[in-house]
Amino acid sequence: MLELLHAVLVAPFKDMAGSPTFLVEVLIGGLAAGLMYSLVALGFVLIYKASGVFNFAQGVMVLFAALTLVGLIERGAPLVVALALTMAVMAALAFAIERVVLRPLVNQEQIILFMATIGLNFFLEGFGEFAWGSDVKKLDVGIPDTSFMAWGVQVNRLELTAAITAAVLVAIMAVFFQRTRVGRALRAVADDHEAALSIGIPLNTIWIVVWSVAGLVAIVAGIMWGAKSGVQFSLSLIALKALPVLILGGFTSVPGAIVGGLIIGTGEKLAEVYWGPLVGGAIENWFAYMLALAFLLVRPQGLFGEKIIERV
Amino acid sequence: MRARPDPPPTPLLEVNRISVRFGAVQALEGVSLEIRRGEIVAIIGPNGAGKTTLLNVVSGFYQPYEGQILFEGRDRTQLRPYDVAALGVARTFQNVALFKGMSVLDNIMTGRLLKMRGSFLLEALYWGPAMKQELEHRAFVERIIDFLEIQAIRKAFAGKLPYGLQKRVELARALAAEPKLLLLDEPMAGMNVEEKEDMCRFILGVNDEFGTTIALIEHDMSVVMDISDRVIALDYGRKIADGRPDEVRADQGVIDAYLGVAHA
Amino acid sequence: MIYREAGQFKSTYASDQAVFPILQDRVIATLALAAAVIGLPLVASEYWLQAVLIPFLIYALAALGLNLLTGYAGQVSLGTGGFMAVGAYSAFKITSAFPGLNIVVAFLLAGLAAALVGVLFGIPSLRIKGFYLAVATLAAQFFLIWLFNKVAWFTNYASSGTITAPPRRMLGVMVTGPEATAPVRYLTALALVALFAVIAKNLVRGRVGRSWMAIRDRDIAAEIIGVRPLRTKLLAFAISSFFCGVAGAEYVFLYLGSAETLAFDINVSFLVLFMVIIGGLGSILGSFLGAAFIVMIPIFLTNVPHLLGLAMPVALQKQIELMVFGGLIVLFLIVEPHGLARLWQIAKEKLRLWPFPY
Repeated sequence: MLELLHAVLVAPFKDMAGSPTFLVEVLIGGLAAGLMYSLVALGFVLIYKASGVFNFAQGVMVLFAALTLVGLIERGAPLVVALALTMAVMAALAFAIERVVLRPLVNQEQIILFMATIGLNFFLEGFGEFAWGSDVKKLDVGIPDTSFMAWGVQVNRLELTAAITAAVLVAIMAVFFQRTRVGRALRAVADDHEAALSIGIPLNTIWIVVWSVAGLVAIVAGIMWGAKSGVQFSLSLIALKALPVLILGGFTSVPGAIVGGLIIGTGEKLAEVYWGPLVGGAIENWFAYMLALAFLLVRPQGLFGEKIIERV
Repeated sequence: MRARPDPPPTPLLEVNRISVRFGAVQALEGVSLEIRRGEIVAIIGPNGAGKTTLLNVVSGFYQPYEGQILFEGRDRTQLRPYDVAALGVARTFQNVALFKGMSVLDNIMTGRLLKMRGSFLLEALYWGPAMKQELEHRAFVERIIDFLEIQAIRKAFAGKLPYGLQKRVELARALAAEPKLLLLDEPMAGMNVEEKEDMCRFILGVNDEFGTTIALIEHDMSVVMDISDRVIALDYGRKIADGRPDEVRADQGVIDAYLGVAHA
Repeated sequence: MIYREAGQFKSTYASDQAVFPILQDRVIATLALAAAVIGLPLVASEYWLQAVLIPFLIYALAALGLNLLTGYAGQVSLGTGGFMAVGAYSAFKITSAFPGLNIVVAFLLAGLAAALVGVLFGIPSLRIKGFYLAVATLAAQFFLIWLFNKVAWFTNYASSGTITAPPRRMLGVMVTGPEATAPVRYLTALALVALFAVIAKNLVRGRVGRSWMAIRDRDIAAEIIGVRPLRTKLLAFAISSFFCGVAGAEYVFLYLGSAETLAFDINVSFLVLFMVIIGGLGSILGSFLGAAFIVMIPIFLTNVPHLLGLAMPVALQKQIELMVFGGLIVLFLIVEPHGLARLWQIAKEKLRLWPFPY
């Protein structure tokens, strides 16, 4: 019994202290993975903040974006053209989603919209595979997946680029929502569809804009993921992990998505590396969800979310 | 105005210096009042005065940060809503909180939930004791349906009814619990003259026949004058008047509150 | 004209509350039951029993369970696969530990185990609502699957990591195992799902069902009326998981014969959720309709192109399945959020007037 306690509560920390450079590398790996989750979560937050819809299909949109990009490149398009075309495709997708899914369901309860996005998720999965084939594809964006040494620690070029891109995206979005008129209109829409409509906010246009921007974020996420591990269908399963990220960070917070992602990413990696061997590994499968669950019990609105005051 | 016999001495509900705050908003401040058995008390005040908050505190939905609530002489300030309901307090809501996915009959039957005993195992079988109990409650609910004259809509889905009927169904649901204290939050809002007359008739009937004590939030002064024994006026979370309807109507503070005269 | 209920007056509350108040409904139900019990085993081919009817009955039970939790009590759950797995693995352990135990009793005990786990994962539902709860149930799903994968005790240390249904007799006939015939397994599954459907219907039309629906529709008002939220929600989780657990046990014992955790992964959770949505949230009949619909789609997609002389590669079929599932979900949510069950009701309404237009 004492042995068990020691193994769980003491030994892992001793391991960590024992080789600090390894710890740092694990942390960096975790942060990088976390950043990937954050990018997906960012798309969620965008859509939720602006249209009040919890887009379960965000992960699949990432996959779809990556698939489209790779597909176009494989057919000989130069990178820049492929990027532009992919953005057009994502915008067209956003338009289609708005028309076919969102508009008919306007002002339904959130749970109905959520389930509609689950349906969307499955549809896009099938469609993506149908359109682009199901084998794993390599995505080359000109940034080598190699590492260099900085202050005695290995740093991966690709991950670094991802981090910088994410930071830039977040900054842009934060400014957009807080400072611009359009951003304010989006927040109004997220609050109450009908009310927003009644004061003249062009709901449909806004939704198309928002879902397109989310599509853009999906492209970025897709590129980062795809360049790292190849474009494949496990991408959408990994994207499910964005859900715990959102729980930690709150559904409406852009910084929350980032912080939540980092916490989940590092937490997962640390748990897997230091506690995983105790129970046979693969803790990563469920750790994020359990962490989110524990968090929800303590703080239902997440780290940065708005406190829910219920009225009767 | 109605003549009544003197009510018994111990008040049914006593609220002592209740204060409720939401963040920076002071919803109620030092409110004290009494409701005596068998009375019909109207709570009036301009919008935002804290009337619904008062009902919510009595229901146990909000916890006051100071003050005390006594029901039948016993302290019940910290009780959860379902325990308050078990004590015999039923209510209707400002925005009609009917269960939209259920029929009218089922909605009213949910009002009987507290009176229903039984394990789910027996109910899984239905025949026998569970069915007998279900039918007994059904009979009771049918009496209420008769009383409120809503027989025709008993199988209709609550979500599809017009507003006035929804309010009546909500009253039925509250009555199904055989409450000692009935709290009504704007029971006549959005009704036309005939509907209001019907509603007044029902409320008076409930009070007469079943002896239920009633507290209602109401904006229509003629209704207030007609059916209430006492009137309590709130403004900005504080009680500003408490007495017979004609007294309160003439109270300068109340007149000022409604006309929007600035307070100190 | 035929389907009118004119002339059928109810003189007691009891007859008004009956499950099939209209005579024609009673006739239809009796005929359907007779067909299912007697007709089908005689007429249906091995293929139909094995590939369609048995999985239909099993999925219907799981959908019933999920419908009670999500459709009636309003608690979204993506953990159905996990609870089914608990049932399957519990049944496996129980039958290997007690070889003489009646197989149905083993199923029921497995359901009980699943119910306990369901209650455990349902505790957060007091604090967490809506899709937050959905994510919490994902925790249950992933954790449980990982548990059954990692802890070899559950598979009795089998090197293949699979559990296999041991052969068991009941009333002198082989019910599980390689020698159990399809009609026997079909009838067992039918009996169980019919029993549980009756139980579900009884629960749903009484006190329990009403407290569930009250919590679903307006949980705050429900609490103020006197519904105790934690108790009500936990009961929903318990009963729902019980049903899913039995379904999981049946899945291995009466259908697959042997399985590994992959059979209960997140896709199963989604599949059952689709059945409930398409069939109709908050409807007992809907659970059956949805299960039938979803089970039929792959069958349809396998056989129809064949009949038309087209070749359909397996991968393409899978893709079309996904697209059809997803598309149908969206379609149903837009057109008829109450699913096939509501469409059935509307059809019955039309039948009351047919052949007259109004």
